[in-house]
Amino acid sequence: MFVIDCPNCGSRDQSEFTYAGEAHIARPTESENMTDAEWAEFVFMRTNTKGLFAERWWHATGCRKFFNMLRNTATDEIHAVYRIGEKPPKVTANLPLTPAGESSIGSGNDAVKIMTRDEENAS
Amino acid sequence: MSQPNRLPGRGLVNRDRPVSFTFDGREIAGYEGDTIASALLANGEIMVGRSFKYHRPRGIVGAGSDDPAAMVQIGSDPASTDPNVMVTTREIHAGLEARPQNCWPSLKYDVGVLNDVFMRFFPAGFYYKTFMGSDRFRWLNWMTFEPFIRRAAGLGKSPTKPDPDTYESVNRHCDVLVIGAGPAGLTAAANAARSGARVILVEESERLGGSLNATDPEGTTIGGKAPADWIAAQTAKLAEHPEVTVLTRTTAFGYYAMNFVGLIERVSDHLPEHRRDRRQPRQRVWRVRAKQVVLATGAIERPLVFHENDRPGIMLAGAARSFLHRYGVLAGKRVLVFANNDSAWQTAFDIRAAGGEVAGIVDMRRELNEALALRALKAGIAVYPRTAIVGTHGRHRIDSAFVSSLDDSGNVRGSRSRIECDLIAVSGGWNPNVALFAQSRGKLKWDAEMASFRPGLSWQQERSAGACNGTFELQEVLAEGSKAGLEAARAADFTVRAVKQPEVETSVVQSLNLVPVWQVPSGQPREKTKAFVDLQDDVKASDLQLATEEGYDSVEHAKRYTTQGMGTDQGKISNVNAFGIMAEARGITVPEVGTTTFRQPWRPVTIGALGGQHVGAHFMPRRGTPMHAWHREQKAIFEPVGDWLRARAYPKPGESFHDAVQREAKAARTTAGILDATTLGKIDIRGKDARTFLNRVYTNAWSKLAPGRCRYGLMLGEDGMVSDDGVTACIADDHFHMTTTTGGAASVLQKLEDYLQTEWPELDVWLTTVTEQWAVAAVCGPKAEEIVAAVVDGIDLDPEEFPFMTWQDGTAGGIPVRVFRVSFTGETSYEINIPATYGRWLWEELVAAGKPHGLTPYGTEAMHLLRAEKGFIIVGQETDGTVTPGDLRMDWAVAKKKGDFIGKRSLSRSDTIRDDRKQLVGLLTNDGDHVPMEGAQIIGTPEEPAPPVPMLGHVTSAYFSPNLGRSIAMAMVKRGGQRMGETVWIARRGDKPVPAKIVHYDFLGDAVGEGA
Ligand SMILES: [Zn+2]
Repeated sequence: MFVIDCPNCGSRDQSEFTYAGEAHIARPTESENMTDAEWAEFVFMRTNTKGLFAERWWHATGCRKFFNMLRNTATDEIHAVYRIGEKPPKVTANLPLTPAGESSIGSGNDAVKIMTRDEENAS
Repeated sequence: MSQPNRLPGRGLVNRDRPVSFTFDGREIAGYEGDTIASALLANGEIMVGRSFKYHRPRGIVGAGSDDPAAMVQIGSDPASTDPNVMVTTREIHAGLEARPQNCWPSLKYDVGVLNDVFMRFFPAGFYYKTFMGSDRFRWLNWMTFEPFIRRAAGLGKSPTKPDPDTYESVNRHCDVLVIGAGPAGLTAAANAARSGARVILVEESERLGGSLNATDPEGTTIGGKAPADWIAAQTAKLAEHPEVTVLTRTTAFGYYAMNFVGLIERVSDHLPEHRRDRRQPRQRVWRVRAKQVVLATGAIERPLVFHENDRPGIMLAGAARSFLHRYGVLAGKRVLVFANNDSAWQTAFDIRAAGGEVAGIVDMRRELNEALALRALKAGIAVYPRTAIVGTHGRHRIDSAFVSSLDDSGNVRGSRSRIECDLIAVSGGWNPNVALFAQSRGKLKWDAEMASFRPGLSWQQERSAGACNGTFELQEVLAEGSKAGLEAARAADFTVRAVKQPEVETSVVQSLNLVPVWQVPSGQPREKTKAFVDLQDDVKASDLQLATEEGYDSVEHAKRYTTQGMGTDQGKISNVNAFGIMAEARGITVPEVGTTTFRQPWRPVTIGALGGQHVGAHFMPRRGTPMHAWHREQKAIFEPVGDWLRARAYPKPGESFHDAVQREAKAARTTAGILDATTLGKIDIRGKDARTFLNRVYTNAWSKLAPGRCRYGLMLGEDGMVSDDGVTACIADDHFHMTTTTGGAASVLQKLEDYLQTEWPELDVWLTTVTEQWAVAAVCGPKAEEIVAAVVDGIDLDPEEFPFMTWQDGTAGGIPVRVFRVSFTGETSYEINIPATYGRWLWEELVAAGKPHGLTPYGTEAMHLLRAEKGFIIVGQETDGTVTPGDLRMDWAVAKKKGDFIGKRSLSRSDTIRDDRKQLVGLLTNDGDHVPMEGAQIIGTPEEPAPPVPMLGHVTSAYFSPNLGRSIAMAMVKRGGQRMGETVWIARRGDKPVPAKIVHYDFLGDAVGEGA
C-alpha cells in the first residue's frame, strides 16, 4: 500500500485513490482520418513499462481530481506527482538495465536480494 | 503434578500462581508465565506431535517462534478450535486444552508411521513423480489421489463452524516503530522516546527483555544492574513518555511498501475464559505506517544436520538456556552439547551450574577456544573435540547418542561410541533474523564469519540493531540499539542528544569462532542417512542433494520440489542449512545459491484477525434508500445491486417468490405499480458547455433538447461497446440531470470527470453526484395518473398535457418535487423525485392514495420482467462489454450527423461492422410454458451435434410473462436481425435442445410505443 501525495490534498493512503492508467495519451481529435490500426493503437495499446512510468491516478474519495504520477514500476518508488497538463519532470531513477532485468535494489521480484561483490566493495 | 524438572529459585514464571491445563487428555501443571512447551518440559515431556509426511515423533526444538514442528490443536469446539499452535509460544492458562495433531489413534501409537517405514520410497518430488508423471498412474489423475494424500499428510484441523470470537484492525501512524524488545530494541526505543517522538515498541512474547531473559541472571550486569533490574528500569523510562506505546504479545508479521508494517496482537489468548474482557477483541491487527523503523528482531539459532537428528530430545542449545533461565526448567536430565561454535558451550556451563548433568561437549572443530576448554575442565565437563554425533537412539525420546571422531578432512574416522543422554543441545551457528528486513526489500549480505546472511543495503526507512544485524556482544548491542534509536528519531525530524550507554560486565560466552558445517558426516551411505533439514516438512539433506542432481538449481524450484521451508514455520531454523547443503552439492558458495523469499507473514496470522471487524453485516456495508425500512416492514426479499440493497419482490404471506413477481408485474400493467427507483445514479451537470459535453459522452444528439424535455442516451467506451445507459433531462440550457444505471453510477462519474479534467479541460462543465439527494418513486400503469394526482400538486398530469419524455416541477405536501414522464415498463409512468429525507413520506402517501386503485409495490424482479416484455435492455445483462449499439439493434440511438463522441470511431472498425456479429433478438419458445435458462447456448440444429458445437449465441434474459401468458426471452444471436421468424434451438444440459422462434424483442408488439 502506497502513500500518495495528492497535489491538492497532500499525503493520503492509497485506498483513497483509483488507478487510471497510462498518462500522456491524448485522445485523437480527428479520429475519422485514422486507420483502424492507428485508432486501435490509441484505444487498446499501452506501453506496460517496467521502469519509470507516467500514470494517472484519481483521488476518488478526496478532491476527485485526476493527476499524474511518475512511478518506477520496477520498485514502486514514486518519483513525482504533477498536475494534468503538466509535463513529467526529469528525475533519476534506479532502473533495470534491460527490459527483462531488475532494479539493483527495491525490486518486487525477489530475484535481487543479495548484495553483489561490487556493492559490497562500494559500501 | 510434581514438575520434576523445575528448578527451585530459577526462572521468571510466577511461582505464586500455579496453573494447570491438559495436554493429550492429561492434566499438566505449570505456572503463570509458562508456555505449553516449558510446562511440558518441567514435567519431563518433550514429544508433542508427529511430522507432516512420515509421521515421525516430533519434540520441542526451539523456545520461541523459531520452533519448527512442535504444534498442537487448541480446544475441541468446532467453532473456536485453533490448529497448528506452537507450544513454544502459547502461554498456558486454566482450562487450556491442547491436543497433539497429525497422529491417529494416539500420539505414541500412530498408523501414519507406516509412511516412515517406506521412507526410502518417498524421495524428493515423490508425489509429483508418482501421481503426475508416472505412466503407471496416468489413467488416474492427480485429483483422485490428492484427497488421500492430504488426509495422510496434514497438520491440525480447521474449525468447521463460524468463529465466535471478535477481532479488530486499527490504523496507527508513528514516528519510530521498534520491532523487538530485547536489549537492542529496548535501548533503541528508550533513546528514540527521549526525543518526544511517537514510538511504538513491539514485543512478540509477554515479557520485555528478549535474550536477556534467557541468560544467567548471575552472569551479567548492565550499568551495575542485574539484567532483570535493567529491563525494569528501561520499561519504567518508556512509561514516562506519553507518546510511547508498548505492545507485548504482538508480532510484526509483515513489512510492506513505504514503511507499512502489519502487527498482530494476541489480546486474550493467554487468559482463561472467565478472565477475558468481552469488550476486547481476541486478537487485533495493527496497520502501522511508521516514518522510521528499527529492526531488533534478534537471531535464530540453526541446528547441525546429522544422522537421526529429528528425535524428540534434540533441542537448540540456546533454547535449552532459555528454558533454564526464563522458565526455571531443565530440559533434560543428562545433556550432551553438540556444536561447531563457542556459543553452545554456555549451555553446558549453565546446566552444570544449575546442578544439571552434562554428558559432554561434542565439538566438530579442530581448534577449540582454550579459555572455554579450561572452563569446561574446571566444571568437570568432558569435551570431545573433532568429534561428531553420527547417530542417535531412542524411540519417543533419545536415550543415547553415537559419536565418532573426525579426520583432518572432516570425515568419520574410527568406530562409534555411545554416550547416554536424554537431551542433545545442538548449535550450528546463528542466523540473524532478517525476515522483516528482506520483506522491506533490503539486500542481504553474506557474512562468512557467521556463515549466514545479514542486512546489507537498506531500501526503506529502517535500520537493524543487535543480533538481527549480526552483532552479538552485549556492549555493542546496546551501542547499536542506542544509535539506531537516535538516528531513527532524528530522521523523523526530532532532536535528541546521545547519552552515555551503561557498561556491561558479563561472563557469558559472547564469541562464536564458528566453523561452518552444513551436514555432519554419518559414516554411512547417503540413502541410509536420515539427516533432517526441515523437521516440519520432513526434508532430509539427501532430498536436497537429489533435487540438485535432478537439475533443481534454482533455490525456489528446489524449495517447491522438496517442500523445504514450505511449512507453517517457513524454514526459520532450516533454510540456511538447506542453502548450505545445496551449495556444497553444487560446489558453489551459499550466496551464489541465494535464498528463498522471506514471505509475509513471518508467523501464521489468524484469518479472523485479518478480517478484523469486517465480517457479517460489516463485510460490505449496504446502502439502503429512504424507503428501505418500509420495504423491510413489508417483508420484501432483497437483492444487492451495486452497493445497494434493493427490494426484489414483496411476497404476501404464503406466496412464493415466483407468484409474487407474477402478481406484481401483472398489476403494473392492469392497475398500477410503484417502484423504489432511488438507487439510479444521478449526476447534476452544469455549465455553459453542458450540451457540448453531453454530445460528446452520449451516442445521440443533445443540441436541440429543450428545457423541460428528457432523452434516453447510450454511453460507450472508446472501444465502441455499450457501457451505460439512462435518461437525461434538460433543466435549463446550462443545466442537465443525468441518470445512470444503479451499479454504474460511480464508474460513470469517474469516466465523465476523467474526460472533463484530462481531455476537455476547456469545457465549462461541473459535475455533482446527487444520487443520494433525491428519493424516487416511480408509479406506472393505467391508474398511475389518478394516484399521482392525489399526491402531487401544481402539475397537470394528463399525458396529453404532460407528454412522455418531459418533466415538470410541482409540489407534494408543500415539498418541491420533480416529476419525470419516463418509463422503463412501457406503461404510462411518473417518476417522482423528492428531497431524500421526504422519501418515505412520499412513498407512504402514494401507497395510501393508490390503495383504492389496487396500486401494487413491485420489486426489481418484476421491473426486469416488465422491461423485458417491452424489449428494453439492461446494461450488464444484455450487454457484456462486447456489444455495440448496432449489436443491440439500437442504431436509432446513435446520431449519424453530429461530431465526435466517445467510442464513435470504433463503430466503424472492421470488426464492429462485420455483418455476422451477434445481435439482440427476442425468442419465443415453441412451448410457451418453457422458460429458457439465462446464459443458455443457442444452436442451429434440433439435436446437439458432436463437439465442437457451432454456437449461434446465448440467452441474455428469460421470464414467464404474466401479461402475455407465456415465456419470453432475449438473446444475442449471430446475424439475429436478419433471422426474424427463423427457428433456433436452446441447448440444455443433459436434455434435448428446445426449439424457439426469433422475433423482435418488443413483445408487447408496439415497437414505437412509449419508451422506444
Ligand atoms: Zn486530493
